Amino acid sequence: MALFNRTPVAPLEYTRKTWMRGWVGATMFFLYAPLLILMIFSFNDSKRNVVWKGFTLKYYEKAMNNDSLVEAMVNSLTIAGLATVFSLVLGALAAVMLWRFRFPFKGVVEGTMSLPIIVPEICLGVAFLIFFAKIEWPTDLPWPLNLSAITIAHITFCFPFVAMVVRSRLESFNKEEEEAAKDLGASEWQTFRDILLPHMKPGLIAGALLSFSLSLDDFVITFFTSGPDTITFPVKVYSMVRFSVTPEVNAASTILIILTIVLTAVALKLQGVKAIAESH
Amino acid sequence: MAGGLQDWKQHKRPFAAIAGAPLFWLLLFFLIPMAIVWLYSFGENAGPADIAISGTLENYKRATEWLYLSIFLKSLAVAALVTLICLIIGFPVAMAITFASAKWRPWLLLGIMLPFWTNLLIRTYALMMLMGTNGYANKGLGALWEGASWLRTLVGMQPLEAWTPVQLLYNNFAVVLGLVYVHLPFMVLPLYAALDRLDKSLIEASLDLGAGHLRTLMKIVVPLAGPGILAGVMITLIPALGAYLTPDLMGGTESQMIANVIERQFKRANDWPFGAALSFLLIYAMFVLIALQSMRRDKGREAH
Repeated sequence: MALFNRTPVAPLEYTRKTWMRGWVGATMFFLYAPLLILMIFSFNDSKRNVVWKGFTLKYYEKAMNNDSLVEAMVNSLTIAGLATVFSLVLGALAAVMLWRFRFPFKGVVEGTMSLPIIVPEICLGVAFLIFFAKIEWPTDLPWPLNLSAITIAHITFCFPFVAMVVRSRLESFNKEEEEAAKDLGASEWQTFRDILLPHMKPGLIAGALLSFSLSLDDFVITFFTSGPDTITFPVKVYSMVRFSVTPEVNAASTILIILTIVLTAVALKLQGVKAIAESH
Repeated sequence: MAGGLQDWKQHKRPFAAIAGAPLFWLLLFFLIPMAIVWLYSFGENAGPADIAISGTLENYKRATEWLYLSIFLKSLAVAALVTLICLIIGFPVAMAITFASAKWRPWLLLGIMLPFWTNLLIRTYALMMLMGTNGYANKGLGALWEGASWLRTLVGMQPLEAWTPVQLLYNNFAVVLGLVYVHLPFMVLPLYAALDRLDKSLIEASLDLGAGHLRTLMKIVVPLAGPGILAGVMITLIPALGAYLTPDLMGGTESQMIANVIERQFKRANDWPFGAALSFLLIYAMFVLIALQSMRRDKGREAH
């Protein structure tokens, strides 16, 4: 169909120009080829990552039996889950605060709220390293409390994103609905729960997906906050890449890539392609 | 209710219930840690685990020595180059997405966003695997070399000498390529957002009146999408300037960027006050960039 154009190419149909298609195709190739090769070689029956020697699942088995790798994965997912829940609550509250109230130094508060997004990761990581050392945050707590420092750091850089997404969603809220609910006798809390919260829902879903993937993705801040016994998946992969490149890393990475794709599919199902595209 | 906003004084209890938690969190887990770093940057090592905040400017003085200043400038140059390459690659892609059919557009966008959501470390590792001395990038170059050699024999010239794998990793080239790979989606998405808002009839009018595609692009599209392009540039430039992972894994000893120097002060050299000073210099550099951007934006608004 695309190959056999019957209508002539209109001036604005840039996508139908061959060089444009080639450009987009080359870009997609550039973005995806490394990932595809990584995934293919996770099934390669060879210790070295370069020549195809036949299909095997043994590196998946190895990765699954690698206790520290599994532990790192469980830690990462736990941190991401906890950080998402807290970021959703804090971010939604922050969004409602900025959207609803007039208060002194509002501009300053708004600016400060966006700082965790702007400040380079390395600086935020350093700040948490010093902060937790200074207040002597205990590092020998039992699981999952030993993840608290990392989780706190993740919440700090995730919730401003949630606040941003939810706030832009709130702009389309019709305040008369809220007034009508109150006129009909609903309390402050009832109005929030039954009127405002349902309206915020798409923003909350987008914010949750964003903070989950930001938290799962984070290496630098975690690298500075984690103690010797608290390893997350990116930190573990980092040390594996640093010291030895094995197909085990490929297998573990493939699992995470598939997890990302599943998450994206869930997001698609919930919101549709367009809404996802617009939330960025 | 002016502007539909409630005054906090008249709704003290709901305001406290809503604003309390986020403001408390921001203060305790963001402002206080940053303030400690700031104070440390004026301190000095007083013992193995003790830092005295003495108000000294020694750390900042040391940070402006040529050794560190040159790394700073080099980081800025690398980030600028990465941004430029991303802009050159990303602009036509964003154009293509903007003018794609309604059926294709969401999928193209998704195609850009999926790598953006994939773990940064995994993407860096994937690229490293490809660029190793035995990787596919080298094999591809080798095949091209062989092809060129064969062509030479066809026209009766001496064949080229045998292909030796080149070192693609652990140098400045690898860092730039890695950063482009990682940051390309950051550039394409805001560019698309800006181009999508464009009034397409203006482009049509320009083409109808006889301007070529290139001229229309330079005189119509770029000025109108200017703020969006600037936003894309900032969204790429700022994280590229503070990049740690890519130069650490893909760079060699001579391609360290400022974030790597900061990391070294904390994890190896154990000179926290100096690291704190470097961190704040990096933050100040970000502020300058953002201030420049908002100045440009305001100027653009006045002109309209």
